[in-house]
Amino acid sequence: MADDEIILSELSDDELVLQMHDDLYDGLKEEIEEAVNLLIARGWAPYDALTKALVAGMTIVGADFRDGILFVPEVLLAANAMKGGMAILKPLLIATGAPRMGKMVIGTVKGDIHDIGKNLVGMMMEGAGFEVRDLGINNSVEKYLDALEAEKPDILGMSALLTTTMPYMKVVIDTMKERGMRDDYIVLVGGAPLNEEFSKAIGADAYCRDAAVAVETAKAYVARKHNRPNV
Amino acid sequence: MAQDALSKLLSSRDWLMADGATGTNLFNMGLSSGEPPEFWNTEQPDNIRSLYRSAVEAGSDIFLTNSFGGNAARLKLHSAQGRVRELNRVAAALGREIADASGRVVVVAGSVGPTGEIFEPMGNLTHAMAVEIFHEQAEGLKEGGADVLWVETMSAFEEYAAAAEAAALAGMPWCGTMSFDTAGRTMMGITSAALAAKVETLANPPMAFGANCGVGASDLMRTVLGFDAAGASRPIIAKGNAGIPKYHEGHIHYDGTPELMAEYAVLARDAGVRIIGGCCGTMPEHLKAMREALESRPTGPRPTVEDIREKLGGFSSASDGTGDTSGDPKRERRGRRG
Repeated sequence: MADDEIILSELSDDELVLQMHDDLYDGLKEEIEEAVNLLIARGWAPYDALTKALVAGMTIVGADFRDGILFVPEVLLAANAMKGGMAILKPLLIATGAPRMGKMVIGTVKGDIHDIGKNLVGMMMEGAGFEVRDLGINNSVEKYLDALEAEKPDILGMSALLTTTMPYMKVVIDTMKERGMRDDYIVLVGGAPLNEEFSKAIGADAYCRDAAVAVETAKAYVARKHNRPNV
Repeated sequence: MAQDALSKLLSSRDWLMADGATGTNLFNMGLSSGEPPEFWNTEQPDNIRSLYRSAVEAGSDIFLTNSFGGNAARLKLHSAQGRVRELNRVAAALGREIADASGRVVVVAGSVGPTGEIFEPMGNLTHAMAVEIFHEQAEGLKEGGADVLWVETMSAFEEYAAAAEAAALAGMPWCGTMSFDTAGRTMMGITSAALAAKVETLANPPMAFGANCGVGASDLMRTVLGFDAAGASRPIIAKGNAGIPKYHEGHIHYDGTPELMAEYAVLARDAGVRIIGGCCGTMPEHLKAMREALESRPTGPRPTVEDIREKLGGFSSASDGTGDTSGDPKRERRGRRG
């Protein structure tokens, strides 16, 4: 491998960004951290480093996950590398007042212990530049609603992996309706036993088959939401 | 060493019928969304007896204990990680009671589900931890009188392998199935062909292996054909869901009819599956129809993917992931630092 050894600091900006896409794909956290620091040192705006390097790289990962080329283990590694880069960028993004993609509160419903899918969605959403507040597993309707009040997100994401817990999503949505707050949020649901029909039946905005679809759906809905006053 | 009950049945019969759903049945008995079903072993033992008995009366030769989530990692969410041994022992003991009262040989299979944790380096679960978690559960099931450990709904082969090691530590025979729910693969990317090959690499291979849950009966049967195409020599297990979950007036209902599941059972048998059962949504009426069909309908030719599509419906994805080279890099690499 010595022949194709790459020294990140010797790459031009364009090459470095492409290399970052590869390194994200391979889940190389340290390399991503080094490259992010290099971009910042070269005077890049934190927002450009986020979108052109990290988000663009994770978009490739997301597409290959959606297409069945990558699977959960590879995506988790990529997301972990992304997180390393994000940790460096986050304070800089806040300090520079960079535009935000949107915010999501996400959690697995009461009784459901599986959180692999939910974690993936959270990581891919962060990878796409969203701010994510992860409520973890086993969330009651009260916990969801408290988080909505406190975080004021654009999106509520709920996940269930068991057929015995998926009806609880409807409990949450019905409670939101009762309190007149359902339409303040985009509600996305996902999980292995779910399907589009179920998501419609319980009153969610959309069912997301996997984390890549969740990101695409979230982007589309947030864009629509922001455009609403102009319609 | 005396032969275990499952080996005996397998050596004397062409096919065995396993049970159906645990969760769906308990839900119908009033288990509320969010409660761990394993608590019912001690709190509502008569409901658990009814669950087991309904499978036996519907003709099952094997039924699974109510211990799917009975490992420390999962019970911890309900602050019940200290009850692993007890809840598993009782799950198996209630099963032993029903099996022994049946007047025929019925296998009590100690259900072992996934931990819900992710293996390192992506997650925190180590091989040693996973073995310890499964071993603790296995000892409880053994103590209660389970004939065999039944590892099911696995996504990661690392976890499947850890359960194999735990079974060896507990000195119990075991069977293991994975859930192929992501475009024909498990969530972690394992294909049917990969599982068929990997079980042979284990120091303590399963007595029988196969697929459970996943996405409906069609997909499950396609997975079974994949095992066979990969040259599997061990007995194959098929435990498919009764169709796809639909939501009706506050309840989850699976759209697979008893007739469809009967068709599925016959196709599975004709495909060479030795242990045939259902998973989510499979109720006693489905099992009865399956048993009747297995006993009354003559053996047919090995089904093809087209036969499955025609008789059980279409698949959730175009391909089952076998025969491609996923896992190999698909992108043009720029090179990797050494």
